[in-house]
Amino acid sequence: MKLQIEDSELVKDYINGNEGALEILINRHNQRITSFIYSKVLDRDITEDIFQDTFIKVIKTLKRGKYSEEGKFLPWVMRISHNLIIDHFRRNKRMPMFEGSDDFNIFSVIGDDKLNAEKQLIKNQIDTDLRQLVEELPDDQKEVLLMRIYKDMSFKEISENTGVSINTALGRMRYALINLRKIIEKNNIVLTN
Amino acid sequence: MEKIYSDYQEQTEFKKVCPKTINFLLSYSQALYEFEHDNLSFETFLN
Repeated sequence: MKLQIEDSELVKDYINGNEGALEILINRHNQRITSFIYSKVLDRDITEDIFQDTFIKVIKTLKRGKYSEEGKFLPWVMRISHNLIIDHFRRNKRMPMFEGSDDFNIFSVIGDDKLNAEKQLIKNQIDTDLRQLVEELPDDQKEVLLMRIYKDMSFKEISENTGVSINTALGRMRYALINLRKIIEKNNIVLTN
Repeated sequence: MEKIYSDYQEQTEFKKVCPKTINFLLSYSQALYEFEHDNLSFETFLN
């Protein structure tokens, strides 16, 4: 005949420093408590978390000597887990968790603005090609285009730096763009990402 | 709570938490040390 030590005895042993008593208590009630929590939250990870938090409270209370043997051990533990389940649902109500499904992926509607590695490589290649094409332009047009596009200078600043009027700078920019298009068309170059 | 406690009653399949969780709790219990001083209670973790 197998003799089972009462929960209350194990609790006393644990309070007196026998850590093994806790292991027996946890293993003895593991299934009851786990099933109880899982039946409410229906999620294995959350069940593990709540189970863990429940026993952390149990351990703290017992070690502080705050546990009174008025009721039974298991109902007391179940009450703690019940309260933690309620906390979990309250928290979730305030901050609902969104999970994607097979039909809908949240990342199809949100994402960051950064280019992926492939698009970044293509962009770099286009930038290099374009820079080579700019080198084909006459010096005066090239100078204005570089100042405007690459140095982000205003036409007023360009005119002051090059010693020509704003209208001349604008004209050179216009011709620079026209000539760039001509070079691109003539050489059948594709500059798209 | 009534709603939470009445829905999906039949779906209980998960029987026991994993041994990792239990081992964590046992280690936590061994490391936790509670003491009182001047009516103040302190807790500390011993390695």
